[in-house]
Amino acid sequence: MRITGAQALIKSLEMQGVEVVFGLPGGAILPVYDPILDSTIRHILVRHEQGAGHAAEGYAHVTGRPGVAMVTSGPGATNIVTPLMDAMMDSIPLVVVSGQVPTAAIGTDAFQETAITTITMGITKHNWLVTNAADIPRVVAEAFHVATTGRPGPVLIDVPKDVSNAEMDWYWPQSLDELDLPGYHPSTTGDPVLVRQAAELILQAQRPVVYAGGGILKARAAGVLRQLVERTGIPVVTTLMARGAFPDRHPLALGMPGMHGNYTAVTAMQRADLLLALGSRFDDRVTGKVAAFAPGAKVVHVDIDPAELGKVRRPDVAIAGDCKVVIEALLEALHELGLGAPGTEPAPGSPAAARPDLAPWLAQLRAWQEQFPLTYDQDSGGPLKPQFVVETLRDMTPDDTIVVAGVGQHQMWASQYWKFDHPYTWVNSGGSGTMGFAVPASIGAKVGRPDAMVWAIDGDGCFQMTAQELVTASAERIPVKVAILNNAYLGMVRQWQELFYEERYSEVYLSPDLPDYVKWAEAMGCVGLRVETPEEVAPAIDKANAVDDRPVVIDFRTDAFEKVYPMVPAGASNDDIIVGPAQGQGGR
Amino acid sequence: MVVPADAAGVRHHILSVLVENKSGVLARVASLFSRRGYNIFSLAVAPTDDERFSRITIVVDVESAPLEQIVRQLDKLVNVVSITELAPEHATEGELLLLTVAAGPAERGQVIQLVGVFEGKIVDVGRSSLTVMLAGTPGKIDDFEHLIRPYGIVELQRTGRVALPRLERHATSQLHSVAGGAGDPAGDRRTIHEAR
Repeated sequence: MRITGAQALIKSLEMQGVEVVFGLPGGAILPVYDPILDSTIRHILVRHEQGAGHAAEGYAHVTGRPGVAMVTSGPGATNIVTPLMDAMMDSIPLVVVSGQVPTAAIGTDAFQETAITTITMGITKHNWLVTNAADIPRVVAEAFHVATTGRPGPVLIDVPKDVSNAEMDWYWPQSLDELDLPGYHPSTTGDPVLVRQAAELILQAQRPVVYAGGGILKARAAGVLRQLVERTGIPVVTTLMARGAFPDRHPLALGMPGMHGNYTAVTAMQRADLLLALGSRFDDRVTGKVAAFAPGAKVVHVDIDPAELGKVRRPDVAIAGDCKVVIEALLEALHELGLGAPGTEPAPGSPAAARPDLAPWLAQLRAWQEQFPLTYDQDSGGPLKPQFVVETLRDMTPDDTIVVAGVGQHQMWASQYWKFDHPYTWVNSGGSGTMGFAVPASIGAKVGRPDAMVWAIDGDGCFQMTAQELVTASAERIPVKVAILNNAYLGMVRQWQELFYEERYSEVYLSPDLPDYVKWAEAMGCVGLRVETPEEVAPAIDKANAVDDRPVVIDFRTDAFEKVYPMVPAGASNDDIIVGPAQGQGGR
Repeated sequence: MVVPADAAGVRHHILSVLVENKSGVLARVASLFSRRGYNIFSLAVAPTDDERFSRITIVVDVESAPLEQIVRQLDKLVNVVSITELAPEHATEGELLLLTVAAGPAERGQVIQLVGVFEGKIVDVGRSSLTVMLAGTPGKIDDFEHLIRPYGIVELQRTGRVALPRLERHATSQLHSVAGGAGDPAGDRRTIHEAR
């Protein structure tokens, strides 16, 4: 069958099971947009290419399937650079197709020409410049394979206009053998000898902590993680990228560690004698000063990316492998060492029988939780506290509501005060900290999970960066809900200036009512609501929850002076954690 | 003349990186070193006997990052097929030097004599200078460069070193390939990630 490269591209996406593409057309990608009219694929026309990228990320976050975005050459392609970087940092499978000027024009500074494969080399897992229409099906198959296997990540396929116009004989690769990837062989199974060593360390530990990262979610390993935790009785911290990987309401859940983690999660890691790092990468926001991080802990590090093992902290046992596969192997190894199902006695004389009692450790953790709770004060007549908004929203929405955050104070409050009991209900920009992520990502999340309620918890600064995508949401009838925690500031920067720059506030004030968020929401086809007092919070959320034919924006006017606590100052040891005024006394 | 086994010192390690012969691959490797802050001491790239692959010989500075981390990050590049670490004492290394040295009638004899000792070749002769070509181990080239410098180096170009594993002398010993970089049974030659 003779078809054009453009037709082959769309057909290849269909063969990959792509249901939705987020994009915005332009000159160089024009040929590819024509066959979209005849395709089963739903195309969602965004208002800015950055929105396409973040929407595709949101879709990937909640579905586990790769998000797909399509853009034109030059500025279209550079506008999606930020989402590619974001997806690279957070290991999100993303396939971006960009148009390119015709091959003969490449290198001539043609109109809307940019070398996007060069630009994105360091922020994609891999990218391709297709120079022959006959390569298109194979390259698309390779791109999806690379994006979704091993450590997931973003890829980009750059297609010159003459290549998409050229004719080719249609085929579809029938197996991985037909792909041209001689250097790509991700391995998933951990070395059994090392798994056994890890199991032995688990049975010797007196103060163990599971340090669960985003890799748990990528590996679809939340179920086996819970088995491991319940089998061993080891408490769990879930990093910003792992919120939802272990239920917050579980008795062994300690919540989020790190710079704005709760006291118990942070201090548990500091005092641990064993860290079981599963799909986590010792990010600086978790470790604080690395030399002072968890000084007494042996480390078992499991990660599918061998380069993460020893990158920051030298592990005692380093296991390269998929978290699900390795945790299953670990459960098997623990069984062989005599550790039975929860509630059963260990096999007599086995290593498990000689295991230290974890009760004193768990009692210590309980004591810290009581002494240093994650709390705040909402005075009845006082200004509206952002944490109160998050908690009320949490309590008034279904348990499996998907929460999407931007970056800054509101993101931290959302992560701290929401109770995540289900995997894939928390979508945020962790590694790259991309302001403006929430609105477009919530659109992608709602498209991926139309059955679920999707709430973006956004800041006023973030909202102003990408709010125009609510036009997309209105036009496409994607009923996302946005709670703006409007404190009229770039709040996190303001917090640092207050604490570390002697209250010299430089370029952080935004104004609470310029723009008028309610009018802006209405102008974009959304329902717009405003809330100024604690009493108005619940009624407004009720109203918003009742709307399901268009997006809703609530402008919550929150206390500009509220800060995110606890806090470990940048570069400080986690031992120097500062708790908030309401969060207990006597922290070291 | 004694030539040190590794004139560059122990902080330098040689990686022989087999890559796909596709456009942009060298840029990917170079960009990785640049963005992760790894220092390259020298780099040489050329096609292999198999037209699908090229070989990049990189001498890396392991003071900028641990070798293991450099290798594992390199291995993540999709176009990188295999990485072999060549310990200097177990590798055959070579480098090519082209050098133009000031050599008027008075010094010309001495320069030619020195070139002869090093088994180099005079490849071009001018009125007051000579161009010399010299192949050898990097240490030998370092020594030559050191000895010729007083005459006045006009221009100098080195290729950077290339290397292959030294051949085994005994029937019983074999080269070990270790996929994934775990362990180091051979000690001298580690194939970190071999094509399958």
